[in-house]
Amino acid sequence: MLIKKKSDIPSSEITPQETYFNRREFMIGAAAAAAIATGARYVGEMASPSQVVHAENKLNVASKSPFSTTEAQTPYNDITNYNNYYEFGTDKYSPAKLAQTLQTRPWTVEVDGLVKKKKTYDIDYFLKTFSIEERIYRLRCVEGWSMVIPWDGFPLSSFLKQVEPASKAKFVKFTTKYDPREMPGQRYGVLDWPYVEGLRLDEAMNPLAILAVGLYGGELPKQDGAPIRLVVPWKYGFKSIKSIVKISLVDKQPPTTWNMAAPNEYGFYSNVNPNVDHPRWSQKKERRIGEFFKRDTLMFNGYGDQVASLYNGMDLKKYF
Amino acid sequence: MKIFAFVLCLAPLFMLAWKGFNSALGANPIEVITHSTGKWTLIFLLITLSITPLRQMLRLPWLIRFRRMAGLYAFFYGCLHLMTWVWLDKFFDLHDMWADILKRRFITVGMAALLLMLPLAITSTKGWIGRLGGKRWSTLHKLIYASAALGVIHFYWLVKADIREPVRYGIILGCLLLWRLGAWAIPRLQMTAWLRGFQNADSSPTKVGSE
Repeated sequence: MLIKKKSDIPSSEITPQETYFNRREFMIGAAAAAAIATGARYVGEMASPSQVVHAENKLNVASKSPFSTTEAQTPYNDITNYNNYYEFGTDKYSPAKLAQTLQTRPWTVEVDGLVKKKKTYDIDYFLKTFSIEERIYRLRCVEGWSMVIPWDGFPLSSFLKQVEPASKAKFVKFTTKYDPREMPGQRYGVLDWPYVEGLRLDEAMNPLAILAVGLYGGELPKQDGAPIRLVVPWKYGFKSIKSIVKISLVDKQPPTTWNMAAPNEYGFYSNVNPNVDHPRWSQKKERRIGEFFKRDTLMFNGYGDQVASLYNGMDLKKYF
Repeated sequence: MKIFAFVLCLAPLFMLAWKGFNSALGANPIEVITHSTGKWTLIFLLITLSITPLRQMLRLPWLIRFRRMAGLYAFFYGCLHLMTWVWLDKFFDLHDMWADILKRRFITVGMAALLLMLPLAITSTKGWIGRLGGKRWSTLHKLIYASAALGVIHFYWLVKADIREPVRYGIILGCLLLWRLGAWAIPRLQMTAWLRGFQNADSSPTKVGSE
């Protein structure tokens, strides 16, 4: 039998009371010390928060644009430290830290599909050929926040005219770089990689749509979609695809990444529309970054004058 | 010791406040405050639920002293989370809020999760244990399981695509609930086996049990 009789345990084996209590104290003290050490590290982090600031190469910005808004511009620090770029983590603070592994030189953009000239362009071609304009646009994220960003770029239409789309071409498809070694978020299948987006050809030819190569007079930081990205300010931000490596002219509506991830939540058009709610939250209001109170969201993000005609007769609740 | 723990539980709030005052909450501070208070509500719920398993596994009966504190802190952070939504997101627009609660599933379950904590917070005192009696009090406080589960679902239903974090919380909650299930079921299974032993003894008089 396992249970010894009382007299089997010699008194010398009984732990003295002081030692027993001291051990408890020691354990508690050790745990406290560990907690304090962890806390101290946190405090150190708080004292000098790691916000990543970069000085990018200056761009030769030739002109301003009548399409620019005069609203207060979002600070560079916020534009470059608050990014939805799932290729570099799914929180908004990781891309600033992790995107630095993205190699933006050498960089080419391949053009194919229903075009007269299939060609691969070096990024420097865009920087040299097109006159860079400043376009200060509102950007409205589908999540319900917005910014005012002074992009530097050129009209997408200028480039599309050069590649000479065939008459059969109805849509433009864009593709982001795919390289899980450089883009750690692509190792996790939160979205189908590479990221793809698309526009109807007439949307792409609208004067508001630009290919951006910079912001605030300097080259695009990596976390903002370097070296070249799309900006379509009247649509939710995820349509402004980043780090483009391929542009294809196609005759059928191309698949788009967020639509594939959740077709009932993210449509192909995704025009900013306060009257069409996201299934899980309202789109009536937005938080402009830097402001305390929420603003009313504007139809087409306030760009209705330039783009509403593209959607005449379309049921925007159906084609959301 | 208890005071130390009490102060420690306020640390997440202090960190938020400090970062807030030093403009170190990033570009969208309200979003960070909302997520942080929500996260700590869940964490404290899980801490509360882990006290009894830890007590038994590590044989540290004195841990029970912290269970009420942990539970009340869960309610505390839950209230902060709600206040952030009510004030900084909705600006006290009752109509808007009610529409959200009805229409947005994740808000419905979130609200339910918090409301379930309310009776638990109110009856957390020794006085109430007396008033209700130990058994009824224990039954009422089983609601914390529902609250924690709804909290995890709330989190799962609000993320856009990356479900990893809510799933992590769900797994921890699942393990804690499984432990509870085991703690409840195993003695009953052992009792059943013990009773069976007697039955076998009755039907076969030559063999007595299986010693």
